[in-house]
Amino acid sequence: MWIELTIALKFLRQGFAQTLLILVGIGVGVAVIVFIVTLVSGLQENIVSRTLGTQAHIKVEPQQEVNLVAPTADGEVRLVRQDERAQRLRSINNWQQVLQSLENVPTVTAASPVVSGPAFARRGQALKSILVIGIDPERYEKIISISDNIIAGEFKVSAGNTVIGSALANDLGVRIGGKLRLETGDNQAAVLTITGIFELGVRELDSRYVYLDLKQAQALLGLFGGATVIDLTVNDIFAASVVADRIDRLTALKAESWMQTNSELMNALKSQSLSSNLISFFVALSVALGIASVLAISVTQRTREIGILRAMGARRAQMLRVFLIQGALLGLSGSFAGAGVGWVMVWVFNEYGPGLFDIHPSVTIVPVAVTVATIAGVLAAIAPAWRASRLDPVAAIRYV
Amino acid sequence: MSNPVSLHESVLRLQDLRKCYNVGLPTEVEVLHGLNMTLHAHDFCALVGPSGSGKSTLLNLIGLLDQPTDGELFITDIATRHLQDEERTALRRENIGFVFQFHHLIEAFNAQENVLMPMMVKSGKPTVELQQWAAELLDAVGLKGFEGKKPSQLSGGQQQRVAIARALVTRPALLLADEPTGNLDTQTAAHIFELLRKFNQDFGCAVLIVTHDARLSQTCDRTVTLVDGHFTEDIRHSKADTSN
Repeated sequence: MWIELTIALKFLRQGFAQTLLILVGIGVGVAVIVFIVTLVSGLQENIVSRTLGTQAHIKVEPQQEVNLVAPTADGEVRLVRQDERAQRLRSINNWQQVLQSLENVPTVTAASPVVSGPAFARRGQALKSILVIGIDPERYEKIISISDNIIAGEFKVSAGNTVIGSALANDLGVRIGGKLRLETGDNQAAVLTITGIFELGVRELDSRYVYLDLKQAQALLGLFGGATVIDLTVNDIFAASVVADRIDRLTALKAESWMQTNSELMNALKSQSLSSNLISFFVALSVALGIASVLAISVTQRTREIGILRAMGARRAQMLRVFLIQGALLGLSGSFAGAGVGWVMVWVFNEYGPGLFDIHPSVTIVPVAVTVATIAGVLAAIAPAWRASRLDPVAAIRYV
Repeated sequence: MSNPVSLHESVLRLQDLRKCYNVGLPTEVEVLHGLNMTLHAHDFCALVGPSGSGKSTLLNLIGLLDQPTDGELFITDIATRHLQDEERTALRRENIGFVFQFHHLIEAFNAQENVLMPMMVKSGKPTVELQQWAAELLDAVGLKGFEGKKPSQLSGGQQQRVAIARALVTRPALLLADEPTGNLDTQTAAHIFELLRKFNQDFGCAVLIVTHDARLSQTCDRTVTLVDGHFTEDIRHSKADTSN
């Protein structure tokens, strides 16, 4: 293999301008692939982390209530006109045992009972519609880290204390240590001290979420000892739907993953991935075609030398390998350079880009890009290399 | 320097050798018509004939670059007609050296690497001994100190001398030269001829030279004339003739 490698290197070096041009072509292609893949995956990670920063991976809640219709006797036909049942606030039956069972599911990393329902927040003449969320703070922090988003005060949720969103605090004109009166539709009311103000970055949540102690929320919503939802996190966020389906079957409760809740977002992410993959594929294809065309020209240019080498005793297989090695070398060196340029493009994006989010190349992207480009180089070289190996030495030597 | 090849009964033997083009087509044409000839070690033979007589076709057949249509061709007593491509390549590599009219050196390699090329395609990276051998050959053709020069840095005569060194590096039993002096001035041509003669005597390899130069052909031990695909003359020159 030494002589094939030597000849391949000498041929590439001799046609320096041609080699440089195709190396630039391969480099640009690989740089584009590295940058696009990193940008799209970074964008997706950012969207997903922002989405999951404000919601659980899986929400487990009671099934919806439906009308029960008595079965008909044989031969009897009954025409029924009915309205769907209004969905009242209900607790999960025996939620403590359900919570324990869910915690034992291997892929579940955290579980937190929540009692939530609608209410009004009143301060003076101002009245705002809110969502009361009763939580066990220690457990809930493992689902959504509110303490990381506190902008004033602290995340202290206990009897008589509450943490509210920044938009709601602005709307009601309250600050840390201020009092807030919460009222529910069942004439239940409580006056709470504001201990913290958070900002999740989603206007709807920052203007409606009010975190309370679990027991106080149960009392306020008239669900003593109850939990309306169990929030879960799982170790693989993209397997959340599978885990939710499993919980659905196991518990007869309604388990909904973040992917189902955000199905439009998932469609957008899938479309992005598809676009990114298509761009990568076509760029890789054009790189491979570039290598193939350069090597095809090289075989034509080297026809006489191929004939001489064959006359000197070089085997067909050796000539084949010379051009396959050239394809591999072009793919390998071009992709290394391209990966480096792609890395620089990522750095420039992070340093001088829009600054909305940072992107980080995956540790596997460079070895994968280099391997794929090298294999593409070899595959692209097959046809010209085959032609070189099949050249008739007599005709090749006479080639002008 | 002297390193004679092993002696075979014959280095080259043609037995009723024929070559046709466009076989099976209405345009089929036979260009070599049952040629018979034998060359032994130390033979120094010129092949002459007018253009289109079939000299180059015959040389390609003898060099195992092409296959005969009929008859048999023996290289060092090995019948070659039914050999596979790989076997023919190996036989060519081991036993035949080529010197072309236009030297056909490979520009990407320097003079020494060009000389070593037949050895490198055979067994890879050259050993120190082989490199010394190549340097000795370059020295013998008067190119000591030119080892690192690229072909484009050498004159036509120097390039042809590198090509001769390359043809001899494998110590071939048969050296084929296709108009090796056709592209050179008279003085350089005479020097190249002298070199071929010297290696023929030192190495013992049989030399078959295609040439149009009647004066040079007469300095050979033997002149075979090919006209329209037939050997029309086979003259063995006496020492007195060749010394002129």
